[in-house]
Amino acid sequence: MGGLPLLRISGMSKGFTMHLQGALRLPVVSHVAFEVAAGECVVLGGPSGAGKSSILKSVYGNYLSDCGEILIRHDGEMVDIARLAPRGMLEVRRRSVGYVSQFLSVIPRVTAIDLVTQEGVKWFQDREQAEARAAELLTRLNVPERLWNLPPATFSGGEQQRVNIALGFIGRHPLLLLDEPTASLDAKNAGVVRDLIAERKALGHGLLGIFHDPAMRDAVADRIVDVTSFAAVA
Amino acid sequence: MTMRDLPLLEIEGLTHFYGAQLGCRNVSFDIYSGEVLAIVGESGSGKSTLLNCLSAQLRPTGGTIHYRMRDGSRLDVYGAGEAEQRRLLRTDWGFVHQHPHRGLRMGVSAGANVGERLMVVGERHYGNIRAKALEWLGKVEIDGARIDDVPNTFSGGMQQRLQIARNLVTEPRLIFMDEPTGGLDVSVQARLLDLIRTLVADLGLSVIIVTHDLAVARLLSDRIMVMKGGEVIETGLTDQVLDDPHMPYTQLLVSSILQVGA
Amino acid sequence: MSLSEISEQPAGYNFAYLDEQTKRMIRRAILKAIAIPGYQVPFASREMPMPYGWGTGGIQVTASIIGPDDVLKVIDQGADDTTNAVSIRNFFARTAGVAMTSRAEEATIIQTRHRIPETPLHTGQILVYQVPIPEPLRFLEPRETETRKMHALSEYGLMHVKLYEDIARHGHIATTYAYPVMVEDRYVMDPSPTPKFDNPKMHMSPALQLFGAGREKRIYAVPPHTKVVSLDFEDHPFSVQEWPDTQCAMCGAEGVYFDEVLLDDRGGRMFVCSDTDYCERRQAEGHFGHLHASGGAGAAAPENR
Repeated sequence: MGGLPLLRISGMSKGFTMHLQGALRLPVVSHVAFEVAAGECVVLGGPSGAGKSSILKSVYGNYLSDCGEILIRHDGEMVDIARLAPRGMLEVRRRSVGYVSQFLSVIPRVTAIDLVTQEGVKWFQDREQAEARAAELLTRLNVPERLWNLPPATFSGGEQQRVNIALGFIGRHPLLLLDEPTASLDAKNAGVVRDLIAERKALGHGLLGIFHDPAMRDAVADRIVDVTSFAAVA
Repeated sequence: MTMRDLPLLEIEGLTHFYGAQLGCRNVSFDIYSGEVLAIVGESGSGKSTLLNCLSAQLRPTGGTIHYRMRDGSRLDVYGAGEAEQRRLLRTDWGFVHQHPHRGLRMGVSAGANVGERLMVVGERHYGNIRAKALEWLGKVEIDGARIDDVPNTFSGGMQQRLQIARNLVTEPRLIFMDEPTGGLDVSVQARLLDLIRTLVADLGLSVIIVTHDLAVARLLSDRIMVMKGGEVIETGLTDQVLDDPHMPYTQLLVSSILQVGA
Repeated sequence: MSLSEISEQPAGYNFAYLDEQTKRMIRRAILKAIAIPGYQVPFASREMPMPYGWGTGGIQVTASIIGPDDVLKVIDQGADDTTNAVSIRNFFARTAGVAMTSRAEEATIIQTRHRIPETPLHTGQILVYQVPIPEPLRFLEPRETETRKMHALSEYGLMHVKLYEDIARHGHIATTYAYPVMVEDRYVMDPSPTPKFDNPKMHMSPALQLFGAGREKRIYAVPPHTKVVSLDFEDHPFSVQEWPDTQCAMCGAEGVYFDEVLLDDRGGRMFVCSDTDYCERRQAEGHFGHLHASGGAGAAAPENR
C-alpha cells in the first residue's frame, strides 16, 4: 500500500454551464494531472480565479468534474470518485478524505467541545480519548476554555475559524484538503496550523492545500502545483 | 455481505397518474440504512405524490417498491396485503406530516399519542407505556409535566416534536417526512431541525424528507433528488447538487434562495 | 309462520309488525352475526313507529325472531315497569299478542336496555340488547371506512388508547358502561351501554345474545358459550363495580348491581337492586332489607319505586 499515492488526478476538466445566463459556458481547468503521495503536503499555486478551489472541491466530490479521473486511496484501493455513487462518496469522505475550509458551518445548540469531540469519536477508541484530544486541539489553537461549553454560533469569526481547524484536524483522514484554513489567522495560530500539518505528514498522511499567504505556503509546501498550467481554453 | 450493504428500500420505475394527470413518472432509486434523502421541488412537482406512493399510502399506477425487513427478507410493498402495509407504517416506518392534526390525535393526551403505537404492537402494561412516553417526551424536549395535556394546547413546534416522538417510540428504521418544518416560525424551525438532525444521527434512521426549502435539505440530508413536472431531473450528494447544480431548473432553484450559512 | 296464520292477523298488520320479507332480511343478518361472533353486520334497518333511541334496533331483532309461543320480558335499566319497557311491551302485546312476563327464567326472549338480569340465564333463552352506538372504536376514530379496516385487520391498539386516557385522567379505568370486550379472541365489541358489572355475565353465557342498533343499522351477536373478555392493562386489570358493606334496602341482597335512591333533601339515601324482578322475587321468598315495611331495621317504609 505504501507504493500507492493518496491522490492521483489525470485528464480532469471542470467548467460550469450557466443556464440562467443563456447557457454560458465557463471552462475553469482542463487536463489536470498530479499526485499527492503519503507524507507530503502539496500546495496549489496560481492567482485568484485560476481554479485552485474548483480542483479542491472536485477532489472532495463537492463539484462534479466533467471528465478525467480523480483517484483517491480508499481501503487500499484507488477509487475514482468522479464515478462514485453518493453513498460511496460519503464513505470515502468518512474514512479517507477530509476537508478544512476557513468557515465553520455552525449547528445550533451544539457546544464547541462537543462539536469537535463528536468528530473525534469517529476516529478514537472511546469518547474520553476523543474529548481529551478535542480539548488539546482547542487549547493549542488558543480557543479560550470559557468558550468550550458554548455553541460556536455566538463566537467571533476568528474563534469560529479556529474551532473549525480543530474540527478538521481531529480526524485521521489519510488525505486532508485545506481550503485556505489560515486566511486572516494571526501569526501565532498560523504557526499552530503549520505544526499540525507537520504532524500529519509524520503520520504518513497527505495534504493538498490552498494558501494565499506566501510565507505560510512556503513553510508547509513540499511541492507547489501551478494551476495556471491547467488553464482551460474557452 | 451484511444487511447494511443491502438497500433498505428499492424503488423501480415508480409512476403514478391521477387519471390522465401525471403525478410522478419513472422514479428509481435505492435507500440504504442510515441515509437521509431529500426530495425537493416546487408545488406540483410530484414530490408529495411520490412520498405517498413510497409510504404505501397511494398505490402507484406502475413500478415496484421493495423493503428489506428486519429478518433480511425482501418485501414487495404493493404486492403485500394491506394488513402488512399498515403494520409497517405503524411499526418499522414512521410518517411525519406537515400538519400535526394529520399525524396526531388532537383529542387525546400527549402520553396516549406517544403510547398508541406501543399499544398497537401489543404492549399491555400501563406503567411501561407511560414510562416510555415520558422518556420520549424528554427526547423531543417536551416537559414531562405536559404528558396528560392534549396536543390542542401545544404550540406548533411542540406539536411537531410530539409527532416525531409518536413515530419514533417503536424504533422504526425508515421515516417519511412531508415538509416537517413548513408553517413554523424561523426560530422554531431551527430548533426542530436540530432535533431531527440529532435524532436521525443518534438512532441511525433512514429518512426520506420532502421539502421545498433547500436550507432544510442542506442541513438534514446526505442526498438530494430534484423533481420537476413529475420527474426526477437531478440527483446526487446534497452539497454537490446545491453547490454545483447542472440542470437549468436546479440552478434556478438554488439561485432563487438566500444563502444561509456557508 | 304459515300463510293461514298470517291471514288470521288483523288487516293491515303482520304478526309482530314487520312484514315477512323484512324479517327474513333481518334473520339473515342475525345468522351471519351468530356465525361471526362480535362482527357488526349491516342491515336495512326499518322505520319503526317510535323514535330512534327508543330501542328500534332491539325491537326489529325481537320482531324478527319472536313467534306466537314465545314469552317476552322487557327491561329498561333493570326495571320491568319503566316507560321504555312498558312501551315496548305494549307494542308487542298489540302486534304479536305473545305472553309477557317479568320473570327472567320464564322468558324465552328478554329485550333489554342496559342490564343483564341477576338471575342466571339458561340454554334456549335469547337476550336482545338495544344498542345506541355499536362501534367501540368510534370514540377515537370518526371514519367508518377506517374503523371497518381496523376490525378487518384486528388493529385494536386504539381501544387501549381509550383505557389509557381513563387511567391518565382518573387514576383507574373509569369507563363503567359500554366497556369494550374482545369476543372469541377476534372482534372487539361494544356491549351496548350495559354497566361493566354485567360484562362477566356475557362470558360463556348459555343464552344467545343479540344486539340491534336501529339508527346505526347494525346487528351483532354473541352465540351461547362464547368467550367474552373485557379489555384491560396488566397493571390495571378489569374489575366490576363493588358496593362494599351494602345490602339492598328492600330485599337485603348483596353483590348485585345497585341503584341509589335519594330519600329526602338532607342526604338520606338507600341502595336497592337495579333488577326489580330479582328484588321482588327475593322479597316474596322472605328476604327483607332494613327499609322494607315488613322487616329489616324498622325504619320508616320508603315510598314505592
